Amino acid sequence: MTSEHKEADGIEELLPWHAAGTLDRRDAERVEAALKRDPELARRFEMVRDELGATIQLNETLGAPSARAMTDLFAKIDAEPKRAPRGLGLSARIAEFFGGFTPRAMAYASAAAVLAIVLQAGVIGVMVTKSGSGGSYETASAPTTAPGVGAFTIIRFAPQATMDDITKFMEMNKFNVVAGPTAGGLYKVRVGDASLPSSDLNALVKKLQSDKVVGFVAPTR
Amino acid sequence: MQTSSDEVLISRIANGDRLAMQVLFARHHVRVYRFVLRLVRNEATAEDLISEVFLDVWRQAAKFEGRSAVSTWMLSIARFKALSALRRKPEYELDEETAEAIEDHSDDPEVTLAKKDKAALLREAMSALSVEHREVIDLVYYHEKSVEEVARIVDIPEATVKTRMFYARKKLSELLKERGIDRGWP
Repeated sequence: MTSEHKEADGIEELLPWHAAGTLDRRDAERVEAALKRDPELARRFEMVRDELGATIQLNETLGAPSARAMTDLFAKIDAEPKRAPRGLGLSARIAEFFGGFTPRAMAYASAAAVLAIVLQAGVIGVMVTKSGSGGSYETASAPTTAPGVGAFTIIRFAPQATMDDITKFMEMNKFNVVAGPTAGGLYKVRVGDASLPSSDLNALVKKLQSDKVVGFVAPTR
Repeated sequence: MQTSSDEVLISRIANGDRLAMQVLFARHHVRVYRFVLRLVRNEATAEDLISEVFLDVWRQAAKFEGRSAVSTWMLSIARFKALSALRRKPEYELDEETAEAIEDHSDDPEVTLAKKDKAALLREAMSALSVEHREVIDLVYYHEKSVEEVARIVDIPEATVKTRMFYARKKLSELLKERGIDRGWP
């Protein structure tokens, strides 16, 4: 086996992590370069992306545990002996320091996390709104598209895509972010003002899959 | 950002902060549940196990050293609990999902293919993988864990993580082929 083949094998092993967006920038760039020069590798990457989509869908259909899990847990915790307070470790103290900038009460911690996510989505949302309001006339009183109306996909942007790349991608396609990101970094994106037949939506998804800005895309309602 | 917050929560939990435990639970319990459920394939057992996982987090918070993300640490606890449960009751392996897969398996591949679309067959094949292969695929694709994090959770070398993922995907291709889909790989 030549060193070139060994290198290629190493790259192929990284494809699942590249699709999931968990490679560091250096490895992600190596994989991207290999995908550009090797059509067979690119074909195999499409298989990996199919697997990624199927795994997400499979897990998302599993639902959530009932309230019983939490009730049981806290009943057991309440039965535990009380513990004496101890000091914080160094990393926790550093984290605590930065945590001081968020609302003090722990009850608001979840809300703060949600807010951060909404703000992040908002940055993309505002960017898209600005791009969509350029040329044509719009009334100031109502949105151009009613909520829930249109054709939708879920998209996770590629880790190596910059904000500039995403802006151009959204502008060029006239897409709107309507929700997200979820815990998995997925955005719900309106890709058409009216609903599309599933064959058309699937064809669009297939086309979007080849865009380097897109890490993962699938049709949704 | 979330990783740091998780560390703060763990520190507070180590001091007996019940509210911090509620926040950590709210933040992670669904993913931990799904990870466990995919391994044990029994909802009631998975619910029991996540209570145990978070109880361990409560008890061991003071020992958490921050060498991995909190979510990685919790998934490694969850994995240990799930595999222990499987060893105790191997019948968890055969549930409705598996039974359905076996049933579909008896069809002629062409009939199966006609019945279901490719994505559905792919999900079905994934459900028919071994625990070991399902686990690595879920950790990489759904839980978005890096090679290093998977190695830490599963307690195997990083090179083995890559090899295991490769063989899991290869097995997936074989299962798809049995269902009438030839991916032309490996």
